[in-house]
Amino acid sequence: MQVPEGLKYTREHEWIKVEGDRGQVGITHYAQDQLGDVVFVELPKKGRSLRQMEPFGVIESVKAVSDLYCPAGGEVLEVNGELERKPELVNGDPYGAGWMIRVKITNPKDLDKLLSASEYSAYLKQAGGGH
Amino acid sequence: MSGTGNTIGTRGLVLNEPLIFEQGSPGRVGYSLPPVDVPEKKAEVLIPKRLLRDGIPGMPEVSEVDVIRHYTRISQWNYCVDLGFFPLGSCTMKYNPRINEDMARLPGFAKAHPYQPEELSQGALQLMWELEQYLAEVAGMDRVTLQPSAGAHGELTGLMMIRAYHTSRGNPRSKVLIPDSAHGTNPATSALCGYRVVPVKEGPRGIVEAKAVAEVMDNEVAAIMVTSPNTLGLFEEQIVEVSKIVHAKGGQVYCDGANLNSVMGISRPGDCGVDVIQINLHKTFSQPHGGGGPGAGPVALKKHLAPFMPVPTVEKKGNRLTFDFKRPKSIGKVRAFAASFGVLVRSYTYIRSMGSAGLRRASEVAVLNANYIQSQLKGTYHLPYDRHCMHECIFTDALQVRHDIHTVDIAKRLIDYGFHPPTIYFPLIVKAALMIEPTETESKETLDQFIAAMKQIAREAQENPDLLREAPRNPKVTRLNETKAAREPKLRWRPTS
Amino acid sequence: MRYIPNTDADCKAMLQAIGVQSVEELFADIPAAVRLKRPLKVPPAMAESEVARQVRALADKNANADRYSMFLGAGCYNHFSPAILNHLVLRGEFLTPYTPYQPEVAQGTLQALFEYQTLICLLTDMEVSNASMYEGASATAEAALMAHRITGRSEVVMARAIHPEYRAVTRTYASQLGISFREVAFTEAGVTDIGQVRKMLSERVSCLVVQSPNFLGVIEDLTPLGEAAHAVGALLVVAVAEPVSLGIVKPPGECGADIVTGEGAGLGTGLNYGGPAVGFFATRDKFMRQMPGRLVGETEDREGRTGYVLTLATREQHIRREKATSNICTSESLIATMSAMYMVTMGPQGLRDVALLNLRKAAYAKERLAKVRGFSLRFTGPTFNEFVLRTKKKPGEILKGLLKRQIIGGLDLGRFYPELKDCFLVCVTEQNSRPEIDALAKALGGGR
Repeated sequence: MQVPEGLKYTREHEWIKVEGDRGQVGITHYAQDQLGDVVFVELPKKGRSLRQMEPFGVIESVKAVSDLYCPAGGEVLEVNGELERKPELVNGDPYGAGWMIRVKITNPKDLDKLLSASEYSAYLKQAGGGH
Repeated sequence: MSGTGNTIGTRGLVLNEPLIFEQGSPGRVGYSLPPVDVPEKKAEVLIPKRLLRDGIPGMPEVSEVDVIRHYTRISQWNYCVDLGFFPLGSCTMKYNPRINEDMARLPGFAKAHPYQPEELSQGALQLMWELEQYLAEVAGMDRVTLQPSAGAHGELTGLMMIRAYHTSRGNPRSKVLIPDSAHGTNPATSALCGYRVVPVKEGPRGIVEAKAVAEVMDNEVAAIMVTSPNTLGLFEEQIVEVSKIVHAKGGQVYCDGANLNSVMGISRPGDCGVDVIQINLHKTFSQPHGGGGPGAGPVALKKHLAPFMPVPTVEKKGNRLTFDFKRPKSIGKVRAFAASFGVLVRSYTYIRSMGSAGLRRASEVAVLNANYIQSQLKGTYHLPYDRHCMHECIFTDALQVRHDIHTVDIAKRLIDYGFHPPTIYFPLIVKAALMIEPTETESKETLDQFIAAMKQIAREAQENPDLLREAPRNPKVTRLNETKAAREPKLRWRPTS
Repeated sequence: MRYIPNTDADCKAMLQAIGVQSVEELFADIPAAVRLKRPLKVPPAMAESEVARQVRALADKNANADRYSMFLGAGCYNHFSPAILNHLVLRGEFLTPYTPYQPEVAQGTLQALFEYQTLICLLTDMEVSNASMYEGASATAEAALMAHRITGRSEVVMARAIHPEYRAVTRTYASQLGISFREVAFTEAGVTDIGQVRKMLSERVSCLVVQSPNFLGVIEDLTPLGEAAHAVGALLVVAVAEPVSLGIVKPPGECGADIVTGEGAGLGTGLNYGGPAVGFFATRDKFMRQMPGRLVGETEDREGRTGYVLTLATREQHIRREKATSNICTSESLIATMSAMYMVTMGPQGLRDVALLNLRKAAYAKERLAKVRGFSLRFTGPTFNEFVLRTKKKPGEILKGLLKRQIIGGLDLGRFYPELKDCFLVCVTEQNSRPEIDALAKALGGGR
């Protein structure tokens, strides 16, 4: 399982890439692997404000469905419209083209509660998903 | 490979058949109508033109012969109980007696109108009244509403009655307890009634334990929804204690009766403390499943809930039967008219055919058949709960996973052997479950053929796993791409013009 | 027992293989306190011939449309069903499979339902249909819940001219979730009062629910109703209890409907004392993922051949559990298939012709009965195959009197509408001959 350095992770398997007061959000390699072929991603409208760990959308595979949680509170600046037509990007490139939303982070302290790459890797191992 | 020796699965002549929309020709007809014996006024004289349609573009124009051929051809792509063993766990795919079909088609039932006067409907009312008595007796309850159209509809009706009961006592309450092994309909039904679901974990023996219920039970819990026998095929041994705990805090016990086929005449949910139970007539009482309905889900209940039953109820006044609509505390109606009546006729006929001893025998043999399969496949497949089961047994793919063979592969390979696969990947609490429910209407020879096929498949998993991964080969189509279906939903044919 | 193949000897062999002495041991998990210690109080088994006699005796106590002239409709319509339908649905391959969870061995059911979904779309002029609901009333209730999900609003405006049982069921369902209702009166034309609709609609309203032809038999002008609903961001839900009307009446999809529900039993399934029936449910593509019920979709197998599967299952209870769009599971596949068989047998011309025949016969009856002394038409709006007669006598007594002449004359509307207690609802279909209609007129005092 790929767990890139430099990102922050949630225990619900989202990642956030922080640049200044902005963050890009998606789900991890592990999460897409567990879901299987992603068939549909429902994302919020631009401008919506989210609290930390508030569900911002839904991701569906053929036989599973999962809520998406926002790693840090903030306002949605942009959503990845590509996923509407090509949900498979989440499987193929979860940390790149499969990103979901960009948020303007309101409270940087939220980030302190997230896991680092090594913490997340350990968490996966503990959950039996580290392979 | 299948199709040889004792294997019943083989290939026949299967015809291709396009969509009906791709057939026919303009002006071809399949219908006939009597001549118009009244003045032939134009439609636009009777209805303003703006309210009329021009035509129905895209509707096929075919002859009667075309219709017969079309449906006969596509019908042959289906596996069904009439064809062979259908061990779909939790679905009770028993034989569907044909006398039931004849009875449902008697003009006195099939051509009776639900609003015709009661004095001209006494036969229908009597059938409903008697069926209510029989179902109440089997379930150990006081009353039964026959109105719900399916199991989930019955659950909804039952939970609505519970909500009305609590509301009448001042507080509808806010939570429902549901074991992890429950059918998905249970939480979905709770949500439809505005209840929050509180999960209850099963104990190590696969049953709900009284102490786990006691921990989460409080005065905000409206009900617990238990399934007994549960979806692991196990009797809920502690159901009496669970009921006491729930009742002590004013809660109600709802039993999902999907698995009633294993306890008829042996144990009655009502005697276990259950307040409400739905009875799936398309499972236990032989209504054919029709590829997904019609079914019916009558709800049996204890008398303290009777005021909340949907209207109308059937009541006996002297020698006369009547519909009672004047029930001020009723939850109202859950469907139009009295019930899915034709389904009731079939189940009534079934119960009268089987009789008291026959129903008990059905449950005994259903349980015996399941235990026989379990005993013969134990060791070949992993048995997560190694104890006697009720009407169904559950295995997993744990012994096959090392060959990279999964439950789905085993299921699909069974098709090549001429069997319908068991229920797979349910209940969710068992990893990669294969849930096998043989029912009482299968002979030992059939069970032996199935067991032999399962053992052969286990050998293939080891020796030639590709046979499984590529299965099924015999049906008209091989494995279908469900991802494509969901990513690019195409839910109808469209005219090309 | 003829349905249980295993003999005592078979059972004994199986017990031995399991390693137990008796079946009793298999039930050891059931605590003694809750074991039934007596036989069930259900009558003893009967031979097939005896059962047939018993059940036939019950059936014979009922009136039926073969023995009576049937002028009752009110949501359950006496239409002819071509003989082939019954033969086809009795094929074990359609009658006895389960819900198509294993698509490779259920292509027959799946293709039949895919065709059904298409036929419902064509009939209603909607974009997408599910694979069936229980029946018309609960389908309409589910439409109200769906509108609530889509709009996030909690008020429903419902026409009083909707089938009273559809209204009742919708209330039962929606009241669990705290959805409130307002009812719109009908006018002297027998249509939903658009002025009142406009007053009741607001940005709190999730949907306007109407029926056409409505319970009073009158065809609603849906287009302005849809415009009014859309103006406040509400959805238009149209229920169609008499699907045969759609052979000739403008389909709701052409009039701005967002959800169309209805009862499909009129398409060849028949009366059956009210059920089994089949609810149809169609909507716009954009609401596809908010639909309740099963959906069949087209796809390919590994060799690239076309095939069908249940799809978008993540909406459903077995995956989404408490967040599902509905709890529905088993619905009415076989009845849906039967209605599809009816539609393709009739074809576009047959559907139009049978609708026209209903319209003309009902028009003839309407004219004839309105001329009978003491009777008049209650409403002025255009009707399809049902209409409301007002009488100076008590409708209940009139209808009772007709029974002696083997006529079931209609529905006493006082049962559902106190304001129409001097009225009854008469339905005339292609099954009612002109002599029958004349006999009804005569029995009401209309001479000839």
